[in-house]
Amino acid sequence: MEILMSVVIGILFAVAVYLMFSRNIIRVLIGTLLLSHSVHLILFTMAGLQRGAPPLLFLEAEAYADPLPQALILTAIVINFGVTAFVSVLVYRTYQEHKTVDLYDLRGEKDE
Amino acid sequence: MIKEPNDMMFRVFIRLIAVIVVTFSIYLFFSGHNAPGGGFIGGLMSAIAILVIYLVFGIDRIKAALPFNYTYMMSIGLLLAIATGIISWIAGYPYLKQFFDYFQLPFFGEVELTTALIFDLGVYLLVVGAAMTFILTIVEDDS
Amino acid sequence: MSNLIILPIIFPFIIGAVLVFFAKKSRAQRIISGVSVLAMVGLTAYLAIMAYQQDTVILEAGDWAAPYGITLVLDNLAALMLLITSILGAACLFFAFGTISEKRERYYFYPFYFFLLVGVNGSFLTGDIFNLFVFFEVMLLSSYVLIVNGGTKYQLRESFKYVILNIFGSALFVMAVAWIYSITGTLNFAHLSERVAQLEQPGILTVVGVMFFIVFAAKGALFPLYFWLPRSYFGPPAALAALFGGLLTKVGIYAIIRVFTLIFYHEPLFTHKGLIVTVAGFTMLFGVLGAVSQYDFKRILSYHIISQVGYMVMGLGIFTPLAVAGAIYYIVHHMFVKTALFLLAGATEKITGTTNIKEMGGLIKSHPVLTWSFFIAAISLAGIPPLSGFFSKFPIILGGFQEGQWVISAVALLVGLLTLLSMMKIFGYVFWGENKLTDRQYSTSVTNLLIPIAPLVAFSVILGLAAEPIFTYSLHIAEQILEPSNYVDAVLKE
Repeated sequence: MEILMSVVIGILFAVAVYLMFSRNIIRVLIGTLLLSHSVHLILFTMAGLQRGAPPLLFLEAEAYADPLPQALILTAIVINFGVTAFVSVLVYRTYQEHKTVDLYDLRGEKDE
Repeated sequence: MIKEPNDMMFRVFIRLIAVIVVTFSIYLFFSGHNAPGGGFIGGLMSAIAILVIYLVFGIDRIKAALPFNYTYMMSIGLLLAIATGIISWIAGYPYLKQFFDYFQLPFFGEVELTTALIFDLGVYLLVVGAAMTFILTIVEDDS
Repeated sequence: MSNLIILPIIFPFIIGAVLVFFAKKSRAQRIISGVSVLAMVGLTAYLAIMAYQQDTVILEAGDWAAPYGITLVLDNLAALMLLITSILGAACLFFAFGTISEKRERYYFYPFYFFLLVGVNGSFLTGDIFNLFVFFEVMLLSSYVLIVNGGTKYQLRESFKYVILNIFGSALFVMAVAWIYSITGTLNFAHLSERVAQLEQPGILTVVGVMFFIVFAAKGALFPLYFWLPRSYFGPPAALAALFGGLLTKVGIYAIIRVFTLIFYHEPLFTHKGLIVTVAGFTMLFGVLGAVSQYDFKRILSYHIISQVGYMVMGLGIFTPLAVAGAIYYIVHHMFVKTALFLLAGATEKITGTTNIKEMGGLIKSHPVLTWSFFIAAISLAGIPPLSGFFSKFPIILGGFQEGQWVISAVALLVGLLTLLSMMKIFGYVFWGENKLTDRQYSTSVTNLLIPIAPLVAFSVILGLAAEPIFTYSLHIAEQILEPSNYVDAVLKE
């Protein structure tokens, strides 16, 4: 299972990086989304894939799942939600001001 | 953007869908203490419900019906969440320590109420406010 | 346990949330925020005294015991950084009152200013590595909003790059957290320190350490990840550029110091004396070369941030109490002086309407106070005795010689010389030379802008004149952080 997850993460990461290298800012935005998903999966997989009951609530269960990585991922997702919301609006505003979604035109002046 | 709504089926069923989604979001919000759920998920659900209503009936009409200022909603949520922590401080415990007790409520029976619920309410308001602000910022812009 | 140490986090949080309600009322915002930053200065000064008396103060949030719950730790280093943060925050805010446009004020400038302080203070106080990530994100999100606030074309274009770079950095951060959690099974700094010590830091942990170094290096603008800094600090108004220049990179440096003195200190030959020192050398050199080649006031200062960040990590890399104390002293010095210089650049921009130094000239006649404040700050930055720059570079370079790190020490000396050169370039173009000002520019008064700058310049002089007690204090901090058992015992109460 871990190997399958690693492969999935690898593919996600590769796609994300590919998208982030492209010239269209919408693609870059989608790339950042996929990147954060792959990173959350890394967090999930590295902490160990376990079967078990939630801790504390089911005292008679045989095995418990580690709650910490889940809490971490939830936090990371919430943060990612905020960042994505911001970046979407930023991309939109950039498009409005510059009338382009091509990063090639957003390079800036040569002498900087 | 839809100015003149024309989707008949959508308009009929949206009342049902919105009620179900809002109910589910409230369920998620209250179950969040011990089971999967909580303010964040509940808030997102509610935001989706509000958004679907916006989508069907058009922005201007709903703005008149639901006159929320989502920016203020965010900061009220934030203040509520912080205030929960300060309660335990005033009681002489470390910041954010939670207290809980069991209450007999009519209709619901015995219910566990915790201060974490107030914190979650803050999160709920914050998430609804943030999600709506972010989406409306893009949607409302006609240019 | 003391609940007071949560205040640097929640107090600006509350103020920021309250300020949202007053977004359209400029006057009310100014009064509330002005009073609040002054209260912050008082609060953090009190905390610094408390930390000095009790060494390490901790707070276990929610009453969950240390390795399991969220712990906030206030030691002397954190307290010092908090104090400087609030002083800089106050100075830049009062400067912003005089320069910020009404449009920017309406778009939540002040609330996000305070949220930024929440993130910075939280990063200094947090006792576990995941909350460090969370507070980094709070800080970064606020900085995104502030950097783009105003919405000019330049800002939108450059902040997009800044945002994407930082998102990538954050992704690497989460990845490094995942790795270290899978190896050690904990995220609490103290607990990590203990477990890494038990494992004697095998190669895999060194790799994770280097990963953290890369993450923090991107935030702290170290070689080769510094390219975003001059561009993104150029766009926003001077008050913000000053706050960012003085503060944000230093949070990355603080994290490097924390992680590499508390957790990954078992392989100093590779991580400290190899990697960090090399990176420091390149950072200093490339930063100052960038500064020498520029002719724009703000850009020169931005490149100088890079070169000076190099000094700080160099002090850490040499890894003796003397050098680390020098690095801490240097951080203090740099934060005051760099903020003052950026604010002076802002004041100059207000007079002349440009930041290109070739288009200015002769300000010494029309604005003598401004000129001499700049002169003091500039030579202090370059490291001329008896100002703070000299006394803070001296122990770093002395430490380098004592440890036999000849190359890096020579680079540091050379960079000091080039810093002086580029500072004198600004001085020569902007303040000396023939008068290029129009009559109206000639009589522009910036006295109200000089009021918040004056304390910063005064601090930089005091830091130099009172070098002895301040250096003793830095040495005290350095000895405290170089002995991880202090921190570990305080948090885990063994």
